Amino acid sequence: MLERPPLLPEQQPKDLPAVFERWFAARGWQARPHQLRLLGAVQRGAHALLIAPTGAGKTLAGFLPSLVELSTQSKDEAAARRGPHTLYISPLKALTTDIARNLEMPIAQMELPIRVETRTGDTPVSKRQRQKLRPPDILLTTPEQISLLLSDKASHRIFSQLRYVVLDELHELVTSKRGDLLALALARLQRLAPESRRIGLSATVADVTGLRAYLQPQAALDADSPPKLAALVEAEVGAPPHVDILRSAAWIPFAGHSCRYAYDDVYGLLKQHRMSLVFVNTRSQAEMVFQSLWQMNEDNLPIALHHGSLDVGQRRKVEAAMAAGKLKAVVCTSSLDLGLDWGDIDLVIQMGAPKGASRMAQRIGRANHRMDTPSKAVIVPSNRLEVLECEAAVEALRAGAQDSAGPRQGGLDVLAQHVMGLACSGPLDMRALHREITEAYSYRFVSKDLLQRTLDFVATGGYALKAYERFAKLRQDKNGHYSLRHPKLAQQYRLNSGTIVEAPVLTLRLVGSSARRGKRPLGRGGRVLGSIEEGFLEKLTQGDSFLFGGEILAFEGIRENEAYASRSKADAPKIPAYQGGKFPLSSYLAARVRKIVAQPDAWAALPEQVRDWLQLQQEKSQLPTATGLLVETFARGGNHFLVLYPFEGRMAHQTLGMLLTRRLERWGLQPLGFVATEYSLAIWARQDMGAAIQAGELALANLLEPDLLGDDLDAWLAESGLMKRTFRNCAVVSGLIERRFPGAHKSGRQVTMSADLIYDVLRSHEPEHLLLEATWQDAARGLLDIRRLGDFLQRIQGNITHQHLPRVSPLAVPLILEIGKEPVYGSAEEALLQDEAAMLYQEASL
Amino acid sequence: MFGETELSLLYEGALWLPAARVLVVSDLHLGKAAAFAQAGVMLPPYDSHATLQRLADVVQRLQPVQVVCLGDSFHRPDSAPQLPQAAKEQLKLMQQGRDWVWILGNHDAQIGGGMDRRQLHELAIGALQLRHEPTAISQGDTLQICGHYHPAAKIRRMGRSVRRRCFAYSDQLLVLPAFGAFTGGLNLLDEAFTSVFTTQTRLKGVVMLGQEQLYNVHPRALVQDGARIASRRFRSPTSA
Repeated sequence: MLERPPLLPEQQPKDLPAVFERWFAARGWQARPHQLRLLGAVQRGAHALLIAPTGAGKTLAGFLPSLVELSTQSKDEAAARRGPHTLYISPLKALTTDIARNLEMPIAQMELPIRVETRTGDTPVSKRQRQKLRPPDILLTTPEQISLLLSDKASHRIFSQLRYVVLDELHELVTSKRGDLLALALARLQRLAPESRRIGLSATVADVTGLRAYLQPQAALDADSPPKLAALVEAEVGAPPHVDILRSAAWIPFAGHSCRYAYDDVYGLLKQHRMSLVFVNTRSQAEMVFQSLWQMNEDNLPIALHHGSLDVGQRRKVEAAMAAGKLKAVVCTSSLDLGLDWGDIDLVIQMGAPKGASRMAQRIGRANHRMDTPSKAVIVPSNRLEVLECEAAVEALRAGAQDSAGPRQGGLDVLAQHVMGLACSGPLDMRALHREITEAYSYRFVSKDLLQRTLDFVATGGYALKAYERFAKLRQDKNGHYSLRHPKLAQQYRLNSGTIVEAPVLTLRLVGSSARRGKRPLGRGGRVLGSIEEGFLEKLTQGDSFLFGGEILAFEGIRENEAYASRSKADAPKIPAYQGGKFPLSSYLAARVRKIVAQPDAWAALPEQVRDWLQLQQEKSQLPTATGLLVETFARGGNHFLVLYPFEGRMAHQTLGMLLTRRLERWGLQPLGFVATEYSLAIWARQDMGAAIQAGELALANLLEPDLLGDDLDAWLAESGLMKRTFRNCAVVSGLIERRFPGAHKSGRQVTMSADLIYDVLRSHEPEHLLLEATWQDAARGLLDIRRLGDFLQRIQGNITHQHLPRVSPLAVPLILEIGKEPVYGSAEEALLQDEAAMLYQEASL
Repeated sequence: MFGETELSLLYEGALWLPAARVLVVSDLHLGKAAAFAQAGVMLPPYDSHATLQRLADVVQRLQPVQVVCLGDSFHRPDSAPQLPQAAKEQLKLMQQGRDWVWILGNHDAQIGGGMDRRQLHELAIGALQLRHEPTAISQGDTLQICGHYHPAAKIRRMGRSVRRRCFAYSDQLLVLPAFGAFTGGLNLLDEAFTSVFTTQTRLKGVVMLGQEQLYNVHPRALVQDGARIASRRFRSPTSA
């Protein structure tokens, strides 16, 4: 048992009813100090943030104020309430089910008069209707459902007696558009129930202040004062984790992400432990690891697979088996990342470098869910560069350092959606609305003018050409309030709301193989295996084999929104290349990796193979420095290479590569292509860039000036497919284009088509449009890592070293191996067409 | 060439008959965005202008004696009168000093508002028969020129694919791509084309629109959108 600090008098909760004391005592527990401190803070009327590691009884702490208050409610009080007493909001549907299960236990054991229900996208309509008529005391739900309820005409009635809002995994929620939507929803809830209090639950994060500000209602119409902060309760820290990097005798490859070399070692570890979780970074990797482990599974260990594309029923089965302790290991992706509490896990294996220290901490938290025993984890680097990254992650963990992102400035597309939702619930008073939304920390920045533009956008598209006044969705009534032109628009809103615009996915079903079926057509039905991205299936033709759900399947075809596959006998499948699940390296880890490489003293902890490799780099070229930038040039295979080592993550490197190629092109060096990894960037060209640098014709300082992010960036972005995808997301979230029409399902392709056309038209006719502004914000912040690039360009000024080498440097090897795996950019589309035309011409001239 | 008639396909997606100096475009769908706006989907109101501007550029370059719009020129029957004033002016300006024929399509009613001109269901120019939709019976030595289907083609090479609007033709039929700014395309391998290019009137060629030129591709090179189950495949003209 850890020493627990005594509670100060002002931290004591007013009362913990005897029934709770007895309940704790009966299990041989006592309430933990942070649970009581949180209860005290909330009972005194504060909004509060609880920061606690996994396994610290966070969930119980969050519900304690509600349970205490509800434990004494009379039947009449319960019957008089016309909406939930407590809302619990989590980022994951699965989490609500899990929490409902966990809550039932204390409620049943203490015989409390409390009803708990969940409400998610999966909840049947009949149950949702019943919940409106006879609300549960505690409603467990997701941000999307809250927004939908707020768009209801009865929202005032539903929420006016709300007492508590419990926000679970708040650190995860605030970093996305869902967090924006939630921030706006919280502001509205506060207005409907001024006495309600918010309780945020979070794992340890870097930006505690940001989270506290997000949680606390701010002063309206005041963007400049220091933000008000919610009360903070921090749990005592548990035993530090034991984390090791796998020491394999096998040869560690220079590139690739499969970790194939380590499968034997991993299998050995699984055998030695009671129950292990094997985390991987992508779903395709999960498939591959699972498949390979089964192939070597001579002991018939019960090993299962869990990832987001699998059918819900399948996932529930695995979760249940875990809870019952029937499994030896589960191979999983971030689908098991958040605070779901299952089973007795004694080892976490991370395959491939974790892309952030906080994510790593979260995953390791799975092992040994008791605070007083240390968790045990093994990280398996997939290539030599990742060895460094893993080393950095372990150091960060030992130091207890965190790198997760804080709350973001709210998106304008989300604001537009929220405004439309509120309009569905009743007439909007512009001035009251402005006060309300600026009480949300993420939307403090919104000026009256910007809100008016957003309203105009919602009403008529907000175009300078006032063409649609007569079709306006929102109209001002005689009081100056905005209301819906037609009730049908509310239905349209409900179908299109939400902030997650996923890559189009299809349901995958198992059918008999075409060989056995003969010429008979594909049957309907067949067992649902899960969902799969359309983009991946596009690459397949009938008969192609791929891995899914741990099985090798043969692709049969697609009809409407369903894909069909049969069992395959092939033993060499094509591997699913899912889009989702690729995390960029966090800047915090990047800095640590850079530091390790730059300091030979720190290499002692590294495997010998990696040490040798770095030493060789030191001999043949030089080591990248911790703060500056190393640039290498060499010739290889008729091309001239320029290699940079910024260590800023793949996304930032891709942006940089794009911009540098444009600039080199303009300067006549004829670049041919580039390739980016998490650590480095290589550009190759016809002209000898190394010689040009030495001759003083190419100045690296000029090439890498901070103004690179000016006009070049704008010009490139405008044409890039990335911007179009971002625009499409914003257009869907803001409600400009529909997710689907009532009755008819619009395929992902159709949405993409029209969004591209709209983007082009808007750019040429109305470059200042609200939606283009929102798109730019999104792109700059997320996909392009512009801020990170900006910091990088500032940092390296006057600190660039150049090595002109006779051949490829040791450190550049992994990068050069990546060439050819990357897609081509630029005018490649037209070239493709030319190729096809040339083929035809050849055929014709035979 | 079709018989004696020279046909010239333009990368903008229009057809040019040099001898008669006739310009043919199809499926302008003017007023499409406004029609969506009426249903609560506020697409940018610049599509009509953009479409007409592209048309004006071609007209300016070629100075046709006659312009034939192959139907579905307006997205909805009430789109013509509701067109923004500026677009109406733009259109009228183009119509000045040349013959202008509206072939009526399935979206069109009578066109008024000072933009009316000749309104026909069918127009013959030499051996060419210009209609909105093709008729089933082909008449000997005529070539039907149609729109309506918004053909698009998709090809795939080296793991990447390109999808563009296209011209598609058989011995008796030439289908034009849609010219309108907000008009999408329908993949040539879609079921809807089975009645257009039959075994008798087999698809012989596909010409995809590029940024500044056209690309001839073989019907065999076409692929479906999203690996849809093939409703049909075009066989090579030499086999069978």
